[in-house]
Amino acid sequence: MSKMNLSVSPHIRSSRTTQNIMLDVIIALVPALIASVVLYGFRALLLTVISSGACVFFEYAYEKLLKRDITVSDLSAVVTGMLVAFNVPVSMPVWMLIVGDLAAIILAKQLFGGIGCNFMNPALVGRIVMMFSFTTAITTYTGSTGIVDAATTATPLADPAATGFVKLVLGMHGGVIGESCAAALLVGGIYLCIRKVIKPIIPLVYIGTTLLFTWLFGGAAPLESIFAGGLMLGAIYMATDYVTSPITDKGKVIFGVFLGLITSVIRVFGNYAEGVTFAIILGNILVPYINDLSETKPIGAIVPEKKKEA
Amino acid sequence: MAPKFLKSVHVPHRKNTKNSVPQRFFEVKSVTIPMSMHIGAPAKPVVKVGDHVKTGQLIGEPGGFVSAPIYASISGTVKKVDSMLLSSGGSCMAVTIESDGLNEMDENIKAPELTDFDSFIQAVRSSGVVGLGGAGFPTSVKLKVDPAKVDYILINGAECEPYITSDTRTMCDDAEWMLAGLEALRRFFPATQFYIGIENNKPEAIKVMRETAAKVEKCEVIELPSSYPQGGEKVLIYNTTGRIVPEGKLPLDAGCIVLNVTTLAFIGRYLLTGEPLSSKCITIDGSAVKNPQNLIVPVGTMISEIVEHIGGLKCDPAKALYGGPMMGLSMPDLDQPILKNTNAVLIFDEKDAKIPAPTACIRCGRCVDACPLQLMPAELAQACEKKDLQRLSELKVNLCMECGSCSFVCPAKRNLVESHKLAKQYLREAGIK
Repeated sequence: MSKMNLSVSPHIRSSRTTQNIMLDVIIALVPALIASVVLYGFRALLLTVISSGACVFFEYAYEKLLKRDITVSDLSAVVTGMLVAFNVPVSMPVWMLIVGDLAAIILAKQLFGGIGCNFMNPALVGRIVMMFSFTTAITTYTGSTGIVDAATTATPLADPAATGFVKLVLGMHGGVIGESCAAALLVGGIYLCIRKVIKPIIPLVYIGTTLLFTWLFGGAAPLESIFAGGLMLGAIYMATDYVTSPITDKGKVIFGVFLGLITSVIRVFGNYAEGVTFAIILGNILVPYINDLSETKPIGAIVPEKKKEA
Repeated sequence: MAPKFLKSVHVPHRKNTKNSVPQRFFEVKSVTIPMSMHIGAPAKPVVKVGDHVKTGQLIGEPGGFVSAPIYASISGTVKKVDSMLLSSGGSCMAVTIESDGLNEMDENIKAPELTDFDSFIQAVRSSGVVGLGGAGFPTSVKLKVDPAKVDYILINGAECEPYITSDTRTMCDDAEWMLAGLEALRRFFPATQFYIGIENNKPEAIKVMRETAAKVEKCEVIELPSSYPQGGEKVLIYNTTGRIVPEGKLPLDAGCIVLNVTTLAFIGRYLLTGEPLSSKCITIDGSAVKNPQNLIVPVGTMISEIVEHIGGLKCDPAKALYGGPMMGLSMPDLDQPILKNTNAVLIFDEKDAKIPAPTACIRCGRCVDACPLQLMPAELAQACEKKDLQRLSELKVNLCMECGSCSFVCPAKRNLVESHKLAKQYLREAGIK
């Protein structure tokens, strides 16, 4: 008789895998990608494909070089590549984008041990590196060949009300590839919630608190501003990154409130027009502490008395 | 606000055999009956090689207070009294009986007379019944308590494991035994509320049990959601009574006793007829089995003999389990006996036997959302890897009931239950509670 498998229970597993989770994220990003092609032209698609390819290449090359297991088939590098591309304007030179990919995959992800071990969102690290290295290139919204006027300049965040609500929701203004069309990002977000890839807690709390604090701090056009800039992309696709967000529901609420507060503080009082990137990165750093604060209470657990004495 | 039900996960049901009324298969060549089929001291063999035994005759006497008697399951000649290796890892004495083909019942068998509580407990002990949901804890020990301290007796008919339908068949086909068991419990636990918990994917069993419960005072059927693990003891207690069993304590400390439906049915049968537990209804299923079905077989029957009887396998077996796929125990080969607490044997082909290779934890939190007891499996696994005993104890790994929900949902296919088992062993070795 052939040797039988003597593995430990359970002997059946769900069909969910890391790979099909990442595939769902890719699918959820497609509406925003289509919107960006319509808004800014074919080059938006080209940049996204190049960026994903570069990320996969960097991950493969690093793992090959260090003789580690090759993990590119989990598709997480593709997601990172798409998100990095979504953070640059359509006129971005390709080599600058690839520098961003390098920072995302090597600096933020692989140096810390690869998937599951990074403490900051790789795509946002890529964005920050590009923002400080190529400030002009990343904030110049020209070169559009789509329906958005190539002459459109500054970010609508400077004056959201002037752009108008409808144009903001549809993304008909200058901006980076993936941020502009809030409607397409929301469609993808709803898909992710229906597929149970993410819970709606972080996006709802984050966007809600941003709205509240922007209004409280007397920021310009609070309602319009939540559809402007990187908030939708950040709240739905980056703040919900599993590795760099809290693990429990309670932790997710704390995280969302923190992100909303920091985002609106930077937007209203800061020198930068945009606060999403820094808010999420700061939030990422606090995740271990938030996790400590928000551990679940096991059913039936008897908590030692010593805490009361202190 | 406390939730009405503890968290659970949706596992596939695969109750392929739910309409298979069990046939009896007693024409076995021989049986090998281990003396340890329960928690506690193994039974001591009281027969020797060459003895002739009849069905229902005592062959092993209890080896202590927490123990149970063991009876011959067929009539024939004792061929061997020897030590054997069990699939669970330990070894114990086992009695091998070669069938004389007659299946003669021991003539001394008669229904016990119940006079007082002690005689009831004695009857339960003599019946040889142990926890038939799988745990195998001697039932007489569980019931030997002050009845005034028991607010609830919960009859566990959840049968939440995929594939298994033997409990369902017991509820549908053996309602009179169940009734006899319930009536005896009613007599000796006069103030206690009885609940029969059944998952709502078993409408036939719910209907039959409702009719049965109607004949007993303060006895009610509670429909549970069809999601795993409704049949976990702590889960059932919470979902029916709202009570929580404190860490390291027994259900009794929460005023509850939990009995599996089949346990109750065998107590009932013993009270009616005096026939001790020596045969079991089992589900035999799995992707390698040609004709999945329910079957009543003598305890000690070799699984290989059962497989042959029901028409064999489709392919070479790649994995075989005692019990369901969520908590079942894998066995090294098919030459293993049916035990008292075996409710199913599942045999799988190559494809189903394969467990996907684990990849890195992506900290998605699905395990935390799945754990009925609100533990944090991902954190536990991490602490286990670091052998951080302090942290393992803080995270209450000892509360884990190894239901498998966390490993089931994990997209990275991490073997979380395995690491929890290891963690518990670390704590045991270090003497940390």
